[in-house]
Formats: sequence, structure tokens, C-alpha cells
Amino acid sequence: MDMLKKFSGSSLFLPVVALSVLLIFNTLFVDGFLTIQMTEDGHLYGRLVDILNRSCSLIILALGMTFVIATSGIDISVGAVVAISAAVVCTLIGGRGDGVAEMPMTLAMLAAVGVGVLCGMWNGLLVAKFKIQAVVATLILMTAGRGVAQLMTEGQIITVYYKPFEYIAGFLPNMPLPTNIFIALAMVLLVAVLMKKTSIGLFVQSVGINPTAARYAGINVTMVIFLVYAFSGLCAGVSGLIESSLIRAADANNAGLNMEMDAILAVALGGTLLSGGKFYVGGSVIGAITIQTLTTTMYALGVSADQLPVVKAAAVIIICLIQSKKAQEMFDKWKASRHSQQKNDTKAVIGKAVKQL
Amino acid sequence: MKKLIALLLASVMMIVAAGCGGGEQAKDSGKSGGGDKKITMGFSQIGAESEWRTANTESIKKAAEEAGINLQFSDAQQKQENQIKAIRSFIAQGVDIIAFVPIVETGWDTVLKEAKDAKIPVVVVDRDVKLADDSLYVAKIGTDSVKEGNNVFKWIDEYMAKEKKTPRDGGSQYNVVVLEGTVGSSVAIRRQEGFKDAMAKSPNAGKYNILASQTGEFTRQKGQEVMESFLKSYGPKIDILFAHNDDMALGAIQAIEKAGLKPGKDITIISIDGVKGMFQAMIEGKANCTVECNPLQGKLLMETAKKILAGEKVDKLVYVDEGVFPADVAEKTLPERKY
Repeated sequence: MDMLKKFSGSSLFLPVVALSVLLIFNTLFVDGFLTIQMTEDGHLYGRLVDILNRSCSLIILALGMTFVIATSGIDISVGAVVAISAAVVCTLIGGRGDGVAEMPMTLAMLAAVGVGVLCGMWNGLLVAKFKIQAVVATLILMTAGRGVAQLMTEGQIITVYYKPFEYIAGFLPNMPLPTNIFIALAMVLLVAVLMKKTSIGLFVQSVGINPTAARYAGINVTMVIFLVYAFSGLCAGVSGLIESSLIRAADANNAGLNMEMDAILAVALGGTLLSGGKFYVGGSVIGAITIQTLTTTMYALGVSADQLPVVKAAAVIIICLIQSKKAQEMFDKWKASRHSQQKNDTKAVIGKAVKQL
Repeated sequence: MKKLIALLLASVMMIVAAGCGGGEQAKDSGKSGGGDKKITMGFSQIGAESEWRTANTESIKKAAEEAGINLQFSDAQQKQENQIKAIRSFIAQGVDIIAFVPIVETGWDTVLKEAKDAKIPVVVVDRDVKLADDSLYVAKIGTDSVKEGNNVFKWIDEYMAKEKKTPRDGGSQYNVVVLEGTVGSSVAIRRQEGFKDAMAKSPNAGKYNILASQTGEFTRQKGQEVMESFLKSYGPKIDILFAHNDDMALGAIQAIEKAGLKPGKDITIISIDGVKGMFQAMIEGKANCTVECNPLQGKLLMETAKKILAGEKVDKLVYVDEGVFPADVAEKTLPERKY
């Protein structure tokens, strides 16, 4: 009971409630939602695995976005950077029909992530050094990035036939879950450890709350801001690898399309305020999973194609309302009134006992 | 400081002046010259979402070069507002003829009216438009999406009978799942319409049941994601997959393999377009048929444009030739494919 109380007060409570509502709804209305089977080649197979598998790239993007938003910035270029990273890895490995890689895959992957970091550093430079507003600064890459990706792929969808390329978002031999889940997990763990063991989180937070005060406290504000954008770029680069490996191709037009919005939504659903300051990495991860669960739910329920956006929007509104300040106040009030009622009840009982004495 | 500002102002003015001059010159070369002048065509393509679209773009660029037409090409990157902007800028430039591939069917009335007021003929390419006034465009060149849908069903019906396939769930009906194209696009609407029409009219209509139909937005990724969901919902029941384009089918093939089924054998796969990737998949035995949707529309477009500008009468609807390519001819046909 105590644990429950503690949890209901924690920042993760509402995001978890929102996700649980969705999951319970699915369990009730979607046949076999929870079933997970083992296929003949030892892979886990089921809707829950799909949700995790498909939310990986969003989780990773949301990680980077959380820090950016915590410094009261925003990065709307991540979708385009995903496309660039996908284009880099696929053009370097090459679309040869005989399944031979033109360049070692590790090198191509490093190059793709490296280009992602470079893009992030460019954003960081504009925001931290030149003090350009974050939306404007990252808008540049958002519009230009897809063009860059198209130039690299020459407007084609480059299909990679090189077998090991599937492993990034597919199954390594003898692994029950696809690799991208492990990649996402590793990145989340890395961030969690950094938060726990170092004061990076505190730096980011103080920059978000009051950069001037942070500077007076001896924090290198410019560096912190620069680094969060670079990290966001790194996350986008890794996402690009996963996105391209999922379809074994670089699709410059559609890879990561509108993902920046989903990533921002994930961070918001996770309880981090867009005005910066306090941030919740765990919340963002759950937010990302919630968004993917929603998409999967729509497909599973067979919502017809033309109604899909409307139903999705309605669901997002409900989730946001559950997590709004007003709802929280109402929830607190309800808890308080129940609490005082309980007190009154005990008082009455005690009163009765006293009388009896 | 004052000097610096003056210098800046002067240089800005010079640039502006030069820019204006250049613009006029360009316009002159477009307008003057009388009878044997080079035709300028403004063309707005929706983007490069697939190999098919790239082939379409290349065909148009090449045909323009061969026909000696000066092509002003604009890529809309999948956004209608970009296309409208492009058409407005073509009008402002005073091109001789405007051609465009509409990304969606509706919302074109205003901008096409502007073109008509400027007396620039408009040719709609590849996809369809819905207008209150059909005289806003002179001709439509493209593919017959309804017929493609028809052909899909016809091929399925013949194939199922020829191969003597039995429904996988042991019932009396073949279960079909459909991956639809972008919601609201004319191609998706018409292909679906053609498919359902042919099915309803066929004597074997009772043998088929459309189990589910969902949009895959014409992309590989969504095609894969939606197919994954179909397989979870109806895995052992699905007999036939009809994808509105090859790319979605290619994504779906990966999802089917992941589910431990054999694409092309357990599930019969047919899609529309005829891109090289699909031929490759058919040669590997992972897909069964593709109904061609011919993107090589450039030559026909340029011929029609010349006719219109010469004042000749043209048909309102002009269709390119299209074929059906089942897996057994894939290997022979692949080397001849241009896209």
C-alpha cells in the first residue's frame, strides 16, 4: 500500500496510467493481444513484440529530445537526420543485387551515426553559439535534410541485399528478440547510469530553469546546450540505422517522416514540460511506447484507413487530458477528500469508543 | 558606419537590379520568337516516393529533351501546398503549358482557374483531379487505375483455378487482405474500385472474401507494419495479398517471412506498378504477379502538349499501354524493364 502511494505521487504515475489504460483496452478488445509465441527458429512472435520492435527508434529519438527540451530548446530536425543517416548507411553498403557490401558494414554504420552527430553539432552550434532560436535553427536542417538525403540516394529507394544489414532491426542468430530492442535498451541504460552517477542531469536541468543563474553557478551553459543537440543528433543517427534496416532500404522521402513530432509528443506525454527544466527520461520512454501502442491498436481494431487520423487524434487528446494539470488537481482533490473522510470515519469510531467508556 | 551602410545598400540594389534584368531576359526568350520558338513547359512532380515515380520523372525529362521542349521541373516533396506554389510560379513566369501530377484529387480549383485566366493550358498527368469545372484542364494523360484493379482480380481468379489452391483455413472462400494506397489519392480509390467491381461482376464472386483493408500509404515501411498487424489478427487465414503498389508488397513480403510463412506460396501476392524490385522478388519466388502501371508517360505527354499548343484537338483522356506480368515471365522480362 505504501509503495502504491509512493508510486501514485511519482512523476511516472500518469504516463504509466495512460499506457496501462491502452494496454487494458487492447487486452479486452483485441483477440490474442497478449499472446506471445515462439516461432520455429526461436524468435518471439506477438503483438507486444511488434510494439516494442516498432517503438525502438522513437524511444531513442525521444531520449535525445528529452534533454533538448529540458534545456528549453527543441529539435525539429531529427526526422530529416534519420533520413540522412539511413541514406548514408545504405549508399555506403550499396544496393548490389548479388548481396555484396561495397564497404564493411561496421564502417558504414559508424559513418551514418557520425553524420547524425555532425548534424546535431551543427544545430548545437547555431543554438548555443549563435543564439538562434531553437525552432528556427533546427528548421533549417528539417527542410534541407531530406533534400540532402535525396541527393545521396539520387532520388531512388536504395535496397540493400547484403544479408547482415537485416540484423540491426532483425534477429541475430539464436536471439529471441530483434536487435533494435537491445540497442534501445542499451541507450536507455546508458542514459540512466549517466543520470545516476554524474551531475549531467543537474546541469541540463539548471540550464533549462535559468541559464543566467546556471552560468553564475559555474556551469558552461554554451557547452551544455551544444552537447544536448549533438546527443540528439547521435540518437537520430542510430534511429536512422534501425529505420533503414527495418525495410532494408533507404527511402529518403519517408524515412523518419513526421517522427520529430512523435518524439516531441512522447516527451510531452512523459511529463516533461516544453518550457524546460525538470525532465523525466523514463516518462519519455513510456510516452514513445504509448504512441506506438496507439498505432498498433488502430490497426488491430481495423479502424478504416480514412478514419485513422481522427481516431488517433481523439485518443491523443484523451491521453493528454488525463495528464493535464487540471486533471491532476482534480485527482489530488479527490484523494484529499477521501483521506479526510477516512479521518472523519476514524474520529467517529474513536468518539463512539470514548462514549462507550 | 554610414559609409558601410551606403555600400551595403548600393550592393543590394545592384543585385536586385541584376536579378530583375535576368528575369526579364528569361521571360523574353520564352515569349518571343514566333512560330518556331522553343516550348516551355512547367511540370510539377509530387516527389520521388518510389522507383516507379523516379522512372516517371526520368521519362518526362528525357522525352522533353528529345522533343526539344524546355522543361521547368519542380519537385513538390509530397506536399500539395508546394505544388500549388509551383503552379503559381509557372503562371508568374509565363510558361507555355503547365503539366502536373496531382498528389490528391481535391483542392485544385483556385489555382487552375488562375492558370486558365492567364490562358495557359493545363495537362493533368498520371493521377486524377476532382473539379467543379472540368474545362480547367485540357487533357489528362495517364494510366487506367480502374482497369489495373480489374486486371488484378482477373489474374487472381485465373491463378487460383489454375493452381487448384484451396483456402488455408479449410473453408470455402479465399481470404483476401488489401494494402491500400494513400487515403484520398485517386489511384488508391480507383484501384480498389476496379478490384471490387471486377469481383462483384465475376461469377466466382462468392469464392472470395475481403478480410481486411488498411492503408499502407504506398510506402514499404507502412506496408510492412500493417501486414504485421494483419498476420497477427488473421495469420492462418490469409490466402491472398493485394497491395496497391509494389513497394508495399515488398515491405509486406518481409513481414510474412518474419512470421514464418512463405510469401508467394502460403500467401499469393499480387500488386500493381511493375518495378524492378518486384520482378526480383518474383524471380526469387516470393511474389506472384505484378500488373503494370506504365510510368513512361513522357513521350505521350510531350506529343499531346505539342498538339495542344498547335491548336489541334486532343482527347480529354489519353491512356498509355499497360500489361500483366506473372512470376513465370519475370526472369525473361526483367532485363527489358526500364524502371
